[in-house]
Amino acid sequence: MNALKKLFGGDTRQFGMIFALVALILLFQWLTGGITLTPGNVINLFNGNSYILILAIGMVLVIIAGHIDLSVGSVAAFVGMVVAIAMRDWNLPWFLAILLGLGLGALIGAWHGWWTAYVGIPAFIVTLAGMLIFRGAQQFVGQSNSIPVPREFQFIGAGYLPEIGPNTGFNNLTLLLGLAAAAFVVIGEVRRRRSAKALGAEVPETWVMVLKLVLICGAILYATYLFATGRPGTSFPIPGLILAVLVLVYGFISSKTVVGRHVYAVGGNRHAAELSGVKSKKINFLVMMNMSIIAGLAGMIFVARSTSAGPSDGTGWELDAIAAVFIGGAAVTGGVGTVIGSIVGGLVMAVLNNGLQLLSVGADWQSMIKGLVLLVAVAIDVYNKSQGRASIIGLMMKNFNRSSNGPGTPLQPDEVTSTKATISREA
Amino acid sequence: MTSQTTHTDPVILEMRSITKEFPGVKALSEVSLRVKAGEVHAICGENGAGKSTLMKVLSGVYPFGSYDGDIVYQGQTQQFRDIRASEQAGIVIIHQELALIPELSIMENIFLGNEPTKRGVIDWAEARIRSTELLARVGLRENPDTPIKEIGVGKQQLVEIAKALNKSVKILILDEPTAALNESDSQHLLDLILGLKGRGITSIIISHKLNEIEQIADSITIIRDGKSIETLNVKADGVDEDRIIKGMVGRTLESRFPDHTPKIGEVFFEVKDWTVAHPQIQDRLVCKGSNFFVRRGEIVGFAGLMGAGRTELARSVFGRSYGHFVSGQVYIHGKETALKNVPQAIDAGLGYVTEDRKSLGLNLLDDIKTTTVSANLQKISKRSVVDTDKEFAVAEQYRKSLRTKAPSVQEGVAKLSGGNQQKVVLAKWMFTDPELLILDEPTRGIDVGAKYEIYGIIQQLANQGKGVIVISSELPELLGLSDRIYTIFEGAITGVLDKAEASQESLMKLMTSARKAA
Repeated sequence: MNALKKLFGGDTRQFGMIFALVALILLFQWLTGGITLTPGNVINLFNGNSYILILAIGMVLVIIAGHIDLSVGSVAAFVGMVVAIAMRDWNLPWFLAILLGLGLGALIGAWHGWWTAYVGIPAFIVTLAGMLIFRGAQQFVGQSNSIPVPREFQFIGAGYLPEIGPNTGFNNLTLLLGLAAAAFVVIGEVRRRRSAKALGAEVPETWVMVLKLVLICGAILYATYLFATGRPGTSFPIPGLILAVLVLVYGFISSKTVVGRHVYAVGGNRHAAELSGVKSKKINFLVMMNMSIIAGLAGMIFVARSTSAGPSDGTGWELDAIAAVFIGGAAVTGGVGTVIGSIVGGLVMAVLNNGLQLLSVGADWQSMIKGLVLLVAVAIDVYNKSQGRASIIGLMMKNFNRSSNGPGTPLQPDEVTSTKATISREA
Repeated sequence: MTSQTTHTDPVILEMRSITKEFPGVKALSEVSLRVKAGEVHAICGENGAGKSTLMKVLSGVYPFGSYDGDIVYQGQTQQFRDIRASEQAGIVIIHQELALIPELSIMENIFLGNEPTKRGVIDWAEARIRSTELLARVGLRENPDTPIKEIGVGKQQLVEIAKALNKSVKILILDEPTAALNESDSQHLLDLILGLKGRGITSIIISHKLNEIEQIADSITIIRDGKSIETLNVKADGVDEDRIIKGMVGRTLESRFPDHTPKIGEVFFEVKDWTVAHPQIQDRLVCKGSNFFVRRGEIVGFAGLMGAGRTELARSVFGRSYGHFVSGQVYIHGKETALKNVPQAIDAGLGYVTEDRKSLGLNLLDDIKTTTVSANLQKISKRSVVDTDKEFAVAEQYRKSLRTKAPSVQEGVAKLSGGNQQKVVLAKWMFTDPELLILDEPTRGIDVGAKYEIYGIIQQLANQGKGVIVISSELPELLGLSDRIYTIFEGAITGVLDKAEASQESLMKLMTSARKAA
């Protein structure tokens, strides 16, 4: 137990969310008699939820900046529909159609961003309006019909890494990807540790790092094995690849770039950020615009996977994405949250969805169970924060992401007093 | 002396060896406090000494059972479970941050949570009669229907007291009641506390303003590092400010200002004809044709009563971050420079440390290192990518040079004491390498020891040839620190005095009257 504490940097309760994810997977593995962790099911799970996870990436930035976006489902559906029509009626090649979709997303995002940032209307209202507007627009342009998309386009939603190289019994590209990911994690951690040491910052003991790396790499390699040994023709899915790239890019942006810092600053205290020279309107505009671009992408991936754009695409996606972000440790008041945390939150929901489906639990019960999980997950997080402990996910992701922001820093006055007392004693 | 009957024990409240622990920290250790009925009892101590914690224990914010020790009140041991329980017993606390709802009226605020009802329905007629009565008692002449947001902070404080009186208070606890008040409002409040004392209400007051404590307190309990050090009887012991400081810091401060020989150079920053209108009310001018200049290496004070337009002037110059710009020019090194927004102002070499650290100066979710670099991310970034190693190194360097007390630069700023938070904010602006640093109430809510250090930092900046503007409500601070002091009254600069000719009296005169047309 002590070891666990060291590994996770504090109270054992704090690794709850990852623990919950692992426990959930094991539980369903047991309940379904081993179906959950079969290559086919894992691939399925990723394929069926990648668009929600992608949405969560955009949503966490919106929520960190202190806003919310209710329009993502409608925007995704609208973009998917327009792209499908463009390919069918105007014979637009698939790559131009994707660019068109992203451009359309940007345009819609600029619309939301302009109202939110420059006119000053709360994003809740702006995107509630957007939700209605673009749902209607989608049905208008699609005449409430289903519109099929061409085979080449379906690749981004239903494709897999191709088979190349010698026949190893595995999918070679997937193997390479998995090994590269593991190497990336190890090298990153070692380098971070070295520079932290050089600067004289506190670092955990060596065995803690080793154990942590062994666990993470073990998980990566096991997942690689699952993806690489799927039914012939399947391997690591393309949407998963897109997701992985987005996680890396946005994880980097949010933690390491000036813009990312500014998003946290605006969400944490807008006035203080402005007086430090942050252009808060620009930041708000950018996060809202970015969200709609990502929504457009998610919409296209979904359409590609389901081979056609239909009138009820994207219904309720905004709620799934928002749930993922909050399970992932973000704060409603802004300023707190991480990309990786949101992905873990999204995976919790995805595993839950998948497991309940495998157990043929009815949609009624699924909905109730998911609702309760959201409530309990956030309640535990809130309780932990009120006890002066760091947020579960925030803490877990400390080293991966924006280390400074990681824990949902408790603002309880008692906490402040107690620390003040420590400080004055040290004086 | 005749012995009194056993029933009327003059001690109304006794806190016996109170110990309060937070996870890993002992905030209070065996603290004792004896308050006599009908006295004004001051609690003094540096920030973080445990004053507020002690008052929270007393008022039930930290319920019975979460601390060790006894609270004996009116001869009985009390076990307050929450604030309501202590209020019912007649102990009311008025917090530093006022707990009033801005949108509601004075009357609604007074009766909030304590509404007079008739068969479950609020009896507004009764409430009106009683609130008029209460307002008269605290000497506030306002219509009870006025929304709180429309009255100044001084009057809001009075509303808080009226609210407490409505609860038939026996012990009134005031946490830094005059921190946000100007001199005349402070004086009014202090008079009111003395008036309440005349009616038999006991007050416990926490304040950093030692002159006020000296003026009104009967006894003073000094707390240092979570322990009660001593209780002084003001009249009998002949207590003065220096005596209190000695108790608070555990040593005598030789001087309250570090030694400093100014090295003043040429004028490099000049503002001319600066006129700014209120952000909402366009025809109300908050700055009226102000002219001022700052020389290299000079510390310039801005004196004025609360609401005179000092902050408004500073913030409007700092990239028009306040109000509607009407007219005026800024000359930096003799060249007219446009400062249309904050980034421009920062680029032009300005820095502004706000008076309102918590809501305008800091992102309380951030840690020390993120805050330190937050106004100059470019300097540690390459192609917009932040170099976190450099960030750490920079923050660490400032933590050492400013002697910020924190376990590491990864500590959240919310956990620091006021003085250390202010040092982090100063570090943030020093890192932008400004030519002119504007400090708005730089020592508000900061204890004596940290004040001394902050004065030292300000003087160091001046020695480096930077210009420093200090805005302060504390005249002794301005007199001790500034080389030259401007006075502001109702948005206009009414005069400027050199260090030699400035005194509290001469400043006060200029701060309270429009200058005769020259």
